[in-house]
Amino acid sequence: MSADPKRWVAGHVASLPKSGIRDFFELVAKMKGQDVISLGVGEPDFVTPWHIREAAIYALEKGKTYYTSNLGMIELRRAISTYVTEHFGVSYRPEDQVLVTVGVSEAIDLALRALCNPGDKVMYHQPCYVSYHPSITLVHGEAVAVPTYAKDGFALTAEALRAAWVPGCKILMLNLPCNPTGGTCSLEQLTKIADFCREKDLLVMSDEIYSELTFDGVHTSIASLPGMAERTIFLHGFSKAFAMTGWRIGYACGPAALVDAMMKVHQYTMLCASIIAQEAALEALTRGWDSVCKMREQYHRRRDLVVRRFNEIGLTCHSPRGSFYAFPEVKGTGLTEKDFSFGLLEKEKVAVVPGGAFGTNGLGHVRACFATSYEQLIVACDRIERFVQGIKR
Amino acid sequence: MNPVLKLLLEGGSLTTAQMAQVVGLSEAEVQQHLEQLKKDKIFLGWRPVLDLSREAAAGAAVRAVIEVKMTPERGGGFNRLAERLARFDEVESCYLMSGGYDLLVFVNGSSLQKVAGFVSEKLSTLEGVLSTSTHFMLRSYKEGGFLIEQADVQTSRLNVAP
Repeated sequence: MSADPKRWVAGHVASLPKSGIRDFFELVAKMKGQDVISLGVGEPDFVTPWHIREAAIYALEKGKTYYTSNLGMIELRRAISTYVTEHFGVSYRPEDQVLVTVGVSEAIDLALRALCNPGDKVMYHQPCYVSYHPSITLVHGEAVAVPTYAKDGFALTAEALRAAWVPGCKILMLNLPCNPTGGTCSLEQLTKIADFCREKDLLVMSDEIYSELTFDGVHTSIASLPGMAERTIFLHGFSKAFAMTGWRIGYACGPAALVDAMMKVHQYTMLCASIIAQEAALEALTRGWDSVCKMREQYHRRRDLVVRRFNEIGLTCHSPRGSFYAFPEVKGTGLTEKDFSFGLLEKEKVAVVPGGAFGTNGLGHVRACFATSYEQLIVACDRIERFVQGIKR
Repeated sequence: MNPVLKLLLEGGSLTTAQMAQVVGLSEAEVQQHLEQLKKDKIFLGWRPVLDLSREAAAGAAVRAVIEVKMTPERGGGFNRLAERLARFDEVESCYLMSGGYDLLVFVNGSSLQKVAGFVSEKLSTLEGVLSTSTHFMLRSYKEGGFLIEQADVQTSRLNVAP
């Protein structure tokens, strides 16, 4: 029988749209060897600091090749607890309120699987990281998008949240600073959002992965606001701040009952995060802060460079308060974000990601990652300038 | 802090035009900052970092580190003698150290004989020098922040990622 094997694919998975980044990725891959400057990545250009890599090598040499506790090594959980208290002002017990995961991505999936019943509504601000909507679909939840706008620097506002709210909303997913916009909230905005969450009894999943890369002002986690720790799952990891994307290591902190529920899913699906990555993460928390500060300082200067250049070129670009993404508007060129990205790649060999990949509110924008060297950024901006001038003529 | 100085501290090798782009100043302003840093004797100058073990770069192929013990002088301590020693062309760097000896001197020479000659005839005969201990460098693994034997890493990073 030669019927289509697709008939076995689960309906909700078949319904997932292909990632908007995928086509573009294929196209860029085809241009290998053609001097393409990629501003399309979502990771630091730095290699993991050597002392962290060396700690992992040492762990291997010592024969650390076994499972750890489902929750993760207790030493690492203690270090996470201390780090989160010091940097975010929220305290979690290492014994039962911290869960080590395979990157924040797993933590998001765990939280949704543990907390979302089929049909529950999950709010998220948009444009946002590509996985949010699909993750909600995968647990049979109903995604409720809350728009954010360039005029607010893509900060989420309580007003937009209230306007989007519908009965049945249970969870609010936050990602501040945000991929792809770099938008984040002021303390005042965040306080209003927290008030709204208490009013509507919303549980918050706060993805803090870019928090160390905040350039203007101080990052505040919603978990640290009065009465919020008890209704917030604090999600964080090592990928961005410590340049450890490939290690796949992150963590979730929250009320013991919720962490326990997530741990149930984790123990049956993942068992535990890789011990090598856990050892590296422990080293990162113990001695890695100087590296984080050095990298942040460089990202800060790179941000100022690209934002200034984009605006000079005529691509309106708000200054992202955090993350390593600029999200300029390309509407003014008369091109859609897709045509702009494909044209730029073809003509000038610079890769940026069309903003539509991050949701409908990203239309008319492109995401340009500035986690690349000054030299490359300067050349990339010059090429973009030439491309934009070429359109105008 | 002076924005140009911040960039210099990062240790990169940007041209003044590139520095101007990064810090958002004109090239002339960057030049002015550099001049001021030079005037203030903070920025001493540029120099290339070379792998001197390569045939093509031979010429200053012999390098030695010399530990020098000396008698400090009333009033000036080690300064007068150290400054005198540092003026020799053979001396690449010279530091006052804590611990078992007083000065650590990095010396360059085109041959073993030349370096040995410098130590025995010039350095150790200086009045005030009590003893020297010379260590010849055999191999360099890292030079001025650059790894020497780094295989060209073919990066397999994705070009586009979420």
